[in-house]
Amino acid sequence: MREKRSARREFLRNSAALAGGVTLSAAAPAFGQAPNQSPMIKGEREGEIGYGARSKYITSARIPHGSRHTPDNFGLTFHVATPLQDQVGVVTPTSLHYYATTRGSYLPDIDPAKHTLMIHGLVDRPLTFNVDDLKRLPSVTRLHFIECAGNRASRSAKTVQETHGMTSNAEWTGVLLSTLLKECGLKGSAKWFVAEGSEEVKGASSMPVAKAMDDCFVAYGMNGEAVRPQNGFPMRLMVPGFEGILHTKWVQRIKLVDRYYMNYNDFGHLDQEQKVAALDYQIGPKSVITYPSGAQRLPGKGFYEIRGLAWSGGGAIKQVEVSTDGGKKWNKAQFQGTPQRMAHCLFTYGWQWDGNETEILSRCVDEIGQAQPTREQIAKYWNKTFDQTFSVPGLDNSVQPWKIAKDGSVTNGFA
Amino acid sequence: MALRKVLPIAFPLLLMSVPVLAQGPTYGIGRTPTAEEIRARDISIGPTGEELPPGKGSAKEGALVYRSKGCAGCHGVNGTGGAAPILKSMDPTNPDVWARGRILPLRAPFATTVWDYINRGMPLNREGTLTPDEVYGLTAYLLFINGVIPEDQVLDQKNLAAVKMPLGDKYAALPEWKPRTPRLKGYPY
Repeated sequence: MREKRSARREFLRNSAALAGGVTLSAAAPAFGQAPNQSPMIKGEREGEIGYGARSKYITSARIPHGSRHTPDNFGLTFHVATPLQDQVGVVTPTSLHYYATTRGSYLPDIDPAKHTLMIHGLVDRPLTFNVDDLKRLPSVTRLHFIECAGNRASRSAKTVQETHGMTSNAEWTGVLLSTLLKECGLKGSAKWFVAEGSEEVKGASSMPVAKAMDDCFVAYGMNGEAVRPQNGFPMRLMVPGFEGILHTKWVQRIKLVDRYYMNYNDFGHLDQEQKVAALDYQIGPKSVITYPSGAQRLPGKGFYEIRGLAWSGGGAIKQVEVSTDGGKKWNKAQFQGTPQRMAHCLFTYGWQWDGNETEILSRCVDEIGQAQPTREQIAKYWNKTFDQTFSVPGLDNSVQPWKIAKDGSVTNGFA
Repeated sequence: MALRKVLPIAFPLLLMSVPVLAQGPTYGIGRTPTAEEIRARDISIGPTGEELPPGKGSAKEGALVYRSKGCAGCHGVNGTGGAAPILKSMDPTNPDVWARGRILPLRAPFATTVWDYINRGMPLNREGTLTPDEVYGLTAYLLFINGVIPEDQVLDQKNLAAVKMPLGDKYAALPEWKPRTPRLKGYPY
């Protein structure tokens, strides 16, 4: 065996030397000669044999959302937005998944051997679970988006990363909260639960037990590996379709209670108006064109595949339409793959650009019939004048227009 | 004959045992925490205040804590003028609490919310270091400077939840959530 292996190495060395020779003499390849080669990465670069990295030519990155820098002067991290304009396919790469913290937070550096989730309150049997306990239990693996409540397009936003980058989509693996609650024996008087994280402020949110029993789960896996620290390592709560802050990261405690508890994050959610409160909870149907999108430039007239993402907190997306003439005519877009419930789905629409100035938009409808509105429609609903000062109450799921100029430059239609 | 005698007794027994069985653990995975462990971790203070620890504090004591713990550094000397959110209304005579801004010790529907917030989230970078007496004192101080309680009122485990907050019930409760239901019927049309 050992001899065979060394013989193989010898062969590889010789081949490499030969390949090197070819490259050197191939400045101007003669007829029949192998074409010129790109430079090769030889051996290991920065530990990439163990854990791969992307090409050095790909520089797509997250950016701080809004005006607050991350990390700030105290080393606290706040909100960073995902580069949706660069995303290929429907899954957000883990390294580019948007990231947000309750108030600005240090990243908890948790030893999973020391971390437990405690479930207590209105249950027959309080229990604690560590990651190994969770991995023994029946699991679910589901594609879900998460979106921050502050994900709204301002007039000054230039790119889709700035207008919509506070949402991302990943494949999550974990144990249904209903499985854990049945293990604890849920009491009939339990109507709400409070989920609490392990960051320094221990952000806590009240949520309905009906949601816990429907589809919440405690995730330990993300896109095929352990959940990363920025996303809640070693475990986070998934609350599919609800606003991002409720997906409690580094979850350490779930308390079953009989009423809305009005704890830390709940105070931030306090609304005066019943309707706004309703719109500030479950994410509405939303879509956006990511290509072509703001700050990109079409090189000339001709064919372009318009691509975008659509999602809803109400379920799966049923239909997406694209307009390439400012909203006069709407055309049915195609889905790439089957839309999943409370997950981004990828839509495409083939378009011939005639080189004239225009505006492109997308809109969607979800499986329970909720339709994505325009800002004009929202203003009309609230009996408000639609002008530059109008701000969408609750979570903003309005249609995003992209203007295309004669020179092919793409800009925010709200600007 | 024997069976007939047994049945009337066995039936009620069976009915009684069914719900108990259905609620038993299926997998037997997870560890039972001690009452002590639960108490140590349970920092969620609900509107009834049942989780509050023993302790007490007045506005005067709280004012001293506010200075000694560096609260003024971020929130300003008297709850205004700092880089962090303001803690005292700039418009104290306005009867509309909502119009007076997002001020925790004013807009919070329960005094327990103020206590919970300070206890888990303050001071920045030293969260979890305040003693219960200090949190009672700070809560009393912030409620006092907003005119919610008198300066000499001592807040404690027993009376904190009974403090009447100016917002009352003038805030929106969340709608009852059901799966596969629109977030707001008729929206936006």
